[in-house]
Amino acid sequence: MHPLRKQRMQWICLMLISVSIATALIGYILRQNANFFYTPSQIANGQAPIGVSLRAGGEVVVGSLKRARESLLIEFHVSDDWHSVKVTYEGILPDLFSEGQSTVVTGKIDDQNILHAVQVLAKHDENYTPPEIAGMYEDRGT
Amino acid sequence: MMNELLSPELGHIALIIGSCLAVFQGVLPLAGSYTGRVRWMQMGRSLACGNLFFIFLAFLCLSNAFLSDDFTVRYVAQNSNTLLPIYFKFSAVWSAHEGSLLLWVLILSIWTAAVALLSNGLPLQFLSRTLAILGLISVGFGFFLLFTSNPFERTFPLPPIDGQDLNPLLQDIALILHPPLLYLGYVGLAVPFAFAISALLESRIDSAWANWSRPWTLASWCFLTVGIFLGSWWAYYELGWGGWWFWDPVENASLMPWLVSTALIHSLIAAEQRGVFRSWTVLLAIFAFSLSLLGTFLVRSGVLTSVHAFASDPERGMYILLFLSIVIGSSLTLFAIRGPVLMSASSYSGSSRETFLLINNLILTVAVAVVLLGTMYPLISDAFGLGKISVGPPYFNFFFVPLTFILLMFIPLAMRSSWGHVSVKILSSWLIQPFLLSFVVGLIGSSMLAHWVGETQNSFSALVTLMCVSWVFMMIFVDVKEKLKLSTFTKLPVRYYGMVLAHLGVAVTVLGAGLYASSGIQKDVKMGVGDYAYLGGHEFYFSDIKHDRMSNFLFTRAEIIVSREGREIVTLKPEKRLYFSSPQTMTEAAIDGGLLRDIYISLGEPLDNNYWAIRLHVKPFVRCIWLGGAMISLGGLLAVLDKRYRRRKIIKRDLENLSAQSVPEM
Repeated sequence: MHPLRKQRMQWICLMLISVSIATALIGYILRQNANFFYTPSQIANGQAPIGVSLRAGGEVVVGSLKRARESLLIEFHVSDDWHSVKVTYEGILPDLFSEGQSTVVTGKIDDQNILHAVQVLAKHDENYTPPEIAGMYEDRGT
Repeated sequence: MMNELLSPELGHIALIIGSCLAVFQGVLPLAGSYTGRVRWMQMGRSLACGNLFFIFLAFLCLSNAFLSDDFTVRYVAQNSNTLLPIYFKFSAVWSAHEGSLLLWVLILSIWTAAVALLSNGLPLQFLSRTLAILGLISVGFGFFLLFTSNPFERTFPLPPIDGQDLNPLLQDIALILHPPLLYLGYVGLAVPFAFAISALLESRIDSAWANWSRPWTLASWCFLTVGIFLGSWWAYYELGWGGWWFWDPVENASLMPWLVSTALIHSLIAAEQRGVFRSWTVLLAIFAFSLSLLGTFLVRSGVLTSVHAFASDPERGMYILLFLSIVIGSSLTLFAIRGPVLMSASSYSGSSRETFLLINNLILTVAVAVVLLGTMYPLISDAFGLGKISVGPPYFNFFFVPLTFILLMFIPLAMRSSWGHVSVKILSSWLIQPFLLSFVVGLIGSSMLAHWVGETQNSFSALVTLMCVSWVFMMIFVDVKEKLKLSTFTKLPVRYYGMVLAHLGVAVTVLGAGLYASSGIQKDVKMGVGDYAYLGGHEFYFSDIKHDRMSNFLFTRAEIIVSREGREIVTLKPEKRLYFSSPQTMTEAAIDGGLLRDIYISLGEPLDNNYWAIRLHVKPFVRCIWLGGAMISLGGLLAVLDKRYRRRKIIKRDLENLSAQSVPEM
């Protein structure tokens, strides 16, 4: 084979191999780190996996927000009008978080179906509803 | 007088005329280049200038409507307010969809006119095709504006007395500059794209082409760099929570073209100097522009907030998607037809500058694939009903942290290697000594840092960061020393200093980001007046809290005295603001900044009994992130200014390369 052509072939093979390894790895890690969204009803019915990072959302139940005396530990219920899920979180809540408003939390569920959140999101302006929640009500409407 | 002259209707008409001129610009020179009509080909230049004039006029009219509070214009009413200071009224022009698209079109016209006026050295046929392609892109966006998102639309019959407000988050100086700079970068990538397409049309991808393409690519890459770093800086101090990069889809949309254009400026060097990677370079130019179109699509169509939002305004989303598929589809088809002809016939060994540049390109391409998949996967999954998914920072960090370090290690290797071949013996001699030295520097540095912070969380990654960065610094330093031995300071080309500065900038940014992740600490605390908190060897004393008002917002301001080892350093005053025009509460962080460390405090929500939730940060070397960004952009600017790209030189080279082609003498 012509040396130039041989070199080119080597490069092409090398690139093909690295591209396929990269794609496989990216796909694998992507699946590992993708947080699926569950509604409070799905969690209450035990459809959500325990101990896996996931997202949940709904309306913060009015009167459910409780704070610890000495720390920033917070507890509240998130509901989709049918079921509600207890959420715990330690830290600062976003500016637009309040009872009666919608929220999306990321965290893991324990065996008592309590969601331990590591991140709490509120809608970031008054015109915006988290898409998952808009979708949740839409699905129910139909 | 001015107000009546520059009416929204005039703007609308100017936009229509500008778009019509763009149609001619897209058709005439191209047709002329195939039928050999020199007159038609020459028209490209004046049409580009005419297009710029009318689009600029349209932009002036819209700005005038904002500055004179003309709330009969719907777009103004939605995004401005009489209470806004004048400079925010002006920046509100591009704060939402319609206006920012007009800015997009204006910037495209500016780039096109710049190509038309500064490229006297280009062969007429090549220039006319390039201008025609830029004209066609301008047509696409001009029609998009006119038919789906007209910024000049009036609200009849009842205009509001006052407008809604500009989102308070956007009321910031960095945000006045961020979008135009980012767009200058995004849209600027249309120029190398047009060069690549017209080179494909002529089946000539040679080193002259790479030479023409390089300054334009570099210039838009510089703007993109400044835009991205400015956005990150804004997120750091304005969003109020101390992060600098969030892997937000909007950020990713700007990162992808940046990564590809970074690869492009490197492969263009190899294509120009050695004639290698030519078809690959063309492909990169196509991808760079396609990804900036994709970015525009993602940010501007509303798909990002939700696939449902996309459905609520399908016209806009469908239009950009259609435009995107036409651009990508036709350019890739052209590439498939013409690409094989371009296969380069040059040889180089496995250890050479070519190979290292190739590795650079591979790493950057993998990085783009990571970002692209991570950004698109949730959208695709939602669109096909596979479940609602979000992909968070852990995914991106998993790939980006190692990729960045590998890329960093190859920077000095590529800089110091020669074209063609460099022996393994020389390579290993470079590696061993600086490696040991940087290991020592890393150990000393990370233990000093651990001592200073007091509770370092991850001293191993601090060590790795410091080691790699100091290694790169040493290698670059040695390179400069050796180059100066062979030449004098003034004789080395400006672009060499640009390259050194930009690469040092990359190392500085990695230093900042690495130490932010490894040694930066933060804590959320509950504090009342008179309370103390401790973090990173600092003492925080909550001394006071006040409520007051400014012209357009109410605020609550805490006063926190920071001291270290008994010495008072600074009093920081984080705020919570409530703007009158919208019910949003805003967090204004207070920062005591320095090159060596930032102390950053943000005020959270009020708790019971006058207690407050407060977030404290101590971040060593965080400003290196943006300092490095400034160095990268400045380095790029120096490279653009190199006299290699000046007109005369190009003509000479061009004549040498293409004696067959007739070039008009100046």
